[in-house]
Amino acid sequence: MMDAIPTPVIVISVGLAATLAFIGLNALVLVYLERKVAGFIQRRPGPYEVGPQGILQPVADALKLVGKQLFTPRGADGILYWLAPMISIAPTLVCFLVIPFGPHLQIINSNVGLILILAFTGVNVLALCIAGWSSQNKFALLGAARDISQSVAYEIPLLLSVLPIIFITGSFNLFDIASRQGAWPWQWYVTYQPVAFVIFFICALAETNRNPFDLPEAESELTAGFHTEYSGMGFGMFFLAEYAYMVIASCVTAILFLGGFQGPVASGWWWFLAKVYILLLIIIWIRWTYPRVRFDQLLNICWKWLIPLAVLNLLVTLLVIAL
Amino acid sequence: MNLDLRLDTSGDFYAQKFQPTKRDDTLILNMGPQHPSTHGVLRILLEIDGEYIVRADPVLGYIHRMHEKMAEIMTYPQYLPNPSRTDYLHALAWGWAHVGAVERLMDIEVPERAEYIRVITCELNRISSHLLWWGAYLLDLGAFTPIMYAFDDRERIQDILQRITGSRLTYCYYRFGGVSHDIDQRFIEETKTQCARMKDRAKMFKDLVTDNFILRKRVEEIGEIPLDTCRKYGATGPVLRGSGLAYDTRRAEPYSVYDRFDYKIPTHDTCDAMGRYLVRMDEIQESIQIIEQALDSLPEGNFIHPKAPKRPKPPAGDVYFAVEGGRGKIGMHLVSDGGNKPYRLKLRAPGFSNLSLFSEIAQGTLIADAVSILGSLDLVIPEIDR
Repeated sequence: MMDAIPTPVIVISVGLAATLAFIGLNALVLVYLERKVAGFIQRRPGPYEVGPQGILQPVADALKLVGKQLFTPRGADGILYWLAPMISIAPTLVCFLVIPFGPHLQIINSNVGLILILAFTGVNVLALCIAGWSSQNKFALLGAARDISQSVAYEIPLLLSVLPIIFITGSFNLFDIASRQGAWPWQWYVTYQPVAFVIFFICALAETNRNPFDLPEAESELTAGFHTEYSGMGFGMFFLAEYAYMVIASCVTAILFLGGFQGPVASGWWWFLAKVYILLLIIIWIRWTYPRVRFDQLLNICWKWLIPLAVLNLLVTLLVIAL
Repeated sequence: MNLDLRLDTSGDFYAQKFQPTKRDDTLILNMGPQHPSTHGVLRILLEIDGEYIVRADPVLGYIHRMHEKMAEIMTYPQYLPNPSRTDYLHALAWGWAHVGAVERLMDIEVPERAEYIRVITCELNRISSHLLWWGAYLLDLGAFTPIMYAFDDRERIQDILQRITGSRLTYCYYRFGGVSHDIDQRFIEETKTQCARMKDRAKMFKDLVTDNFILRKRVEEIGEIPLDTCRKYGATGPVLRGSGLAYDTRRAEPYSVYDRFDYKIPTHDTCDAMGRYLVRMDEIQESIQIIEQALDSLPEGNFIHPKAPKRPKPPAGDVYFAVEGGRGKIGMHLVSDGGNKPYRLKLRAPGFSNLSLFSEIAQGTLIADAVSILGSLDLVIPEIDR
């Protein structure tokens, strides 16, 4: 019976299940982390009541979201409206398949891993666009419009800042890129490509709609932006997807610039997770520290600063490689 | 699915009246009365072209409680708690305007100690009002943390005032001819400690928030209000001082013992949201100066005049009394027919004049800037609707 099913199908099925569990667990940890770090920055305890030190707070949050009524507003396009959160979360599952968590912990070792991640994370724009359009709400519509122009703009410097790494390694394979870097920080690509690292990280913040670039959901301007009308798990899935994209962005940053699973002592998945979580903590730290930029300023940063800088960086890299 | 959002006829009276425009490529957006950045129940109808505002029209009255009418059916002491419900952030100044008007009409003498206590408590209240504005304004700009730091100080001020006045927000502390309770040594010590603490923290606020690059980009050269516009709409308070005119009721129409203290009236002539921001931050420091001087020279004596009337019956006539509140000039025009109730009491709310500016200033700005401008005006909606 087992022979009838090809091995890759089994691998991918198991991998998808593991990915789902990873996304879910990560979301729980991140919700707790985000609220505790916010509490620390704002000089208050943060979640405190549910469980010891509020450790069960994310579970309570999740239960609350699951228990809420799924409400479709009058005049909304029902099918598109409920399709949008699913389109938002689905691509994240695929992205985790190609990420090398450790030397022997990768579900698919693909030669086009990086391209696959960049392509699938791009689908999120579509989800937000559909969500904003189908809710029949003006705030949601404005949020969706903001998100599209933001994503289109920031995809360019993002790709331009990845290119130097690809030219250095000559590979799109994430496992190759991670293993080519040495064990020590000065052997990581962040030392060779600090400018690309900064640009990539800023673009990752913008692509994942995190503060100070959280304009599609800027609550003081657009109430809640594209997810204004969503209730219960409709909102929950957008929320989950946002955290999943944050984790993916941190994973890719760690692989491309920080040596992936390699560490000075005992390389392995623990090094990878540690790097990912440090990046996530920095993202959370930024959120609770800075005000939000204005929309035209956001696009100015991209078109006037990041893209020229990324092109310049690429040219210099190519020159150095050619010589 | 009705895709043409402009032809939505389901809106109420104001939305319907707002609908007809010459352009057909704009969107009517209803901001409020339930919107995170309108601070309560202000409603603004916007006509937007993309994210640019073509027209903005505030709709008022969602928290109209007829405070002026209530004054006509209540005796003078019964009305004492009312003024603090209009502007709950600088409640003591409103209470002062009320008792001040009655005192001026009846020539009630206020003991010196009571005047000093009024100055100290009113200035403490002004600081807490400005602190809350600071936190809420940064919340509008997307910075979540500063409000927690602002509330840290604000809570301490409220703790101090709570012991003396008995309440934390809607104070009813001033009486005709004095105040209801005397201050004690503990109050003086706690106030001094708090003043010293806030002086220290001013530098931290500046380093962490005021000098922040993103914040400066969001407030500098945003919402420029020329002095003429201020004069046209009768804007007062930090809005006027942020446009460069050093007009302060405490100096312009001196009342109480403010002339005995050495303090500056901060002005900034940049006319933008940053100017108004800096004026309020400076005013916190000036208020601390006033409090410290008042505490050092606090005279002994009665906290309320022994012969002050419990149930005043002012002679027929009218009187106008104005004080400087956190948002501008608070005025009370009291007309008496000789009875135990006012014939008419007109409240001048500074927020009303300041909000009137908004439609003119908001034209042509982005939605995000409109939120920034609205926040920089420091509006308290119950005061505007009264």
